Amino acid sequence: MTLLKNHKASGLSYSPARPAWKEKPSPLYSGLKALTVFVVTAYIGLPVLVVFSTSFADNHQILQSGGYVLWPTHPNLDAYRTLFSGNLMVRALAVSAFITVVGTAIALFVTILLAYATSRPVLFGRPVVLAVLFTMLFSAGIIPMYLMIKQLGLIDSLWSLILPGALGGFNFVVMRSFFMNIPAELIESARIDGASDWKILWTMVLPLSKAVTAVVGLFYAVGIWNAFFNALLYLNDTSKWPVQVVLRSYVLQGKSMTADQLGVAVQTQPQSLQMAVVVIALVPILLVYPFLQRHFTKGVITGAVKG
Amino acid sequence: MSPTTRQETLEAGTPAAALVPSLERSPDRRTRRRKRTAARNASAHGVPFKVRWRRDWQMVLMMVPGVLVMLLFAYIPILGNVIAFQDYQPYLTIFEAPFVGLQKFVGLFDDPDFLDAFRNTMVLAVTQLVLFFPVPIILALVVDSLSPRRLRNVFQSIVYLPHFLSWVLVITFFQEFLGGAGFINNTLKLMGMGSIPFMTDPATFPLMATLQLVWKDAGWAMIIFLAALSTVDVSLYEAAAADGAGRWRRLWHVTLPALRPVIILLLILRIGDILSVGFEQFILQRDNVGPGAAEVLDTYVYYSGVIGGDWSAGAAAGLAKGVISALLIWGANSLAHKFGEAGLFQKKVG
Repeated sequence: MTLLKNHKASGLSYSPARPAWKEKPSPLYSGLKALTVFVVTAYIGLPVLVVFSTSFADNHQILQSGGYVLWPTHPNLDAYRTLFSGNLMVRALAVSAFITVVGTAIALFVTILLAYATSRPVLFGRPVVLAVLFTMLFSAGIIPMYLMIKQLGLIDSLWSLILPGALGGFNFVVMRSFFMNIPAELIESARIDGASDWKILWTMVLPLSKAVTAVVGLFYAVGIWNAFFNALLYLNDTSKWPVQVVLRSYVLQGKSMTADQLGVAVQTQPQSLQMAVVVIALVPILLVYPFLQRHFTKGVITGAVKG
Repeated sequence: MSPTTRQETLEAGTPAAALVPSLERSPDRRTRRRKRTAARNASAHGVPFKVRWRRDWQMVLMMVPGVLVMLLFAYIPILGNVIAFQDYQPYLTIFEAPFVGLQKFVGLFDDPDFLDAFRNTMVLAVTQLVLFFPVPIILALVVDSLSPRRLRNVFQSIVYLPHFLSWVLVITFFQEFLGGAGFINNTLKLMGMGSIPFMTDPATFPLMATLQLVWKDAGWAMIIFLAALSTVDVSLYEAAAADGAGRWRRLWHVTLPALRPVIILLLILRIGDILSVGFEQFILQRDNVGPGAAEVLDTYVYYSGVIGGDWSAGAAAGLAKGVISALLIWGANSLAHKFGEAGLFQKKVG
């Protein structure tokens, strides 16, 4: 019994063989369930499919269908070729990649150090933890934040997108609760052998925490990649716009991408071009998603429920 | 006292009195934690500060970057809220701006835009509460009852995914699919029918906003219910079935009571958070739908403060929202305790 329960609790994706007491669902219920699965999948998937298809479709088909296609008959990469031959998207991608990589590295550095230090009964540890938790409940607000960034001279600087998010309360809690589960004896023995705290963290704790570091890093990376409002608020210089802001102004607000920005005369259908921007903003998430998904359920449950 | 600890006591050869089962309730988590904290403090007080510093200084050094980030981007900006009580102008510093008391707060209630924003926030929050909240529960029940393992895993991956997409992407997808020149309206046009203004109609905007929220986060919100479902003791179902309960009776008498604490907790948290409807979601659609329906408190702060130039009024609106939210969270937490649930603060401090 305990074995069964533990097995079930260990993974949310576990589904048992039908127990003896459970009746086989009638065709009606099976049908209803199948319908739910189908409808939900279509609800989530159809818009994504249309966007992908249109970005790969050829001009002829788009003109014929009046703008959007459900499935490209002659898929090609014209839209992407056009986008990448110009400045606009390449620059936006460079900015996004830069803030994501550097931002994640800095955020991980800050979070790991603070989480590790406070995971031990250490001087000042307790009040610092409470201070972090308080920031999860109460934030200063948009305008004081803006004034602070301005005071620090970070307006129009990419650091304004990186530094304010360098310590996420939720990620801190996840890391800290993981570090707290590392046996104290291990760390004590290293200390007795004369290792400094830096050395313990670097050579013992971090190698043990690869999984949680990866998850927290991915959470940070996804957050920075997706952030849009900070850039809108702090960057007046349009040449520093990350992908999400470009997406907003050229796709949602419908500003047209000029030949000047793209560096070539536009021969692709604007529809297709816009959808290609969407796909470019989406693809990095799709690439990290499998890695993220493997761990997040466990990470989220540890962080949110057990604390 | 769990059986194992009693066994250990026995082996340690404690007096017989300790073996008599105590009539007191076994200490719950809170009591144990209090004792643990007390023990830690007692030993900490015994060690002089200088000794602790010599032992811990490297660790304290490790806290410096985090504390610095926290001070700069969380705590000093909280102090910056002082401009809500001032007549702040961008060419003045915070120390030069004249104090005007509560004037800016009073002014908010004379501003029809603010009242609109407040009303919209409430309308959107209530619509989302009623229409969004049950969806993850139903979804979790369906997913939990799916038995082909592969189907279940694939389906879970699909419904989780949109949570990781930015709001810009989500709104773009909706725009391309349902917008004026989007896929659906395009198809309608090809079939010779008129277009339907899904994305720009202020009257149905709360519904649309909820549909977007469902698209993005219903699957994610399902996780916690799935976790609760996975901890239900199977023998309860077995016993219920042996007593002749059918599938609906089991759902009603076993599954739903098991979900009850989670449902109550999330409901209370949601109520505590009612003034914070998705900010990015609405700022992205405000131009299309119009401020009459899509202006919420956060977008009001942005447009009146940063765009409109009345920094103090914006800060006042933001501060009022923050304080009310904090009070609501605090109230919701005490309500949760009253219901005998774990509550919020305890859960996070752990």
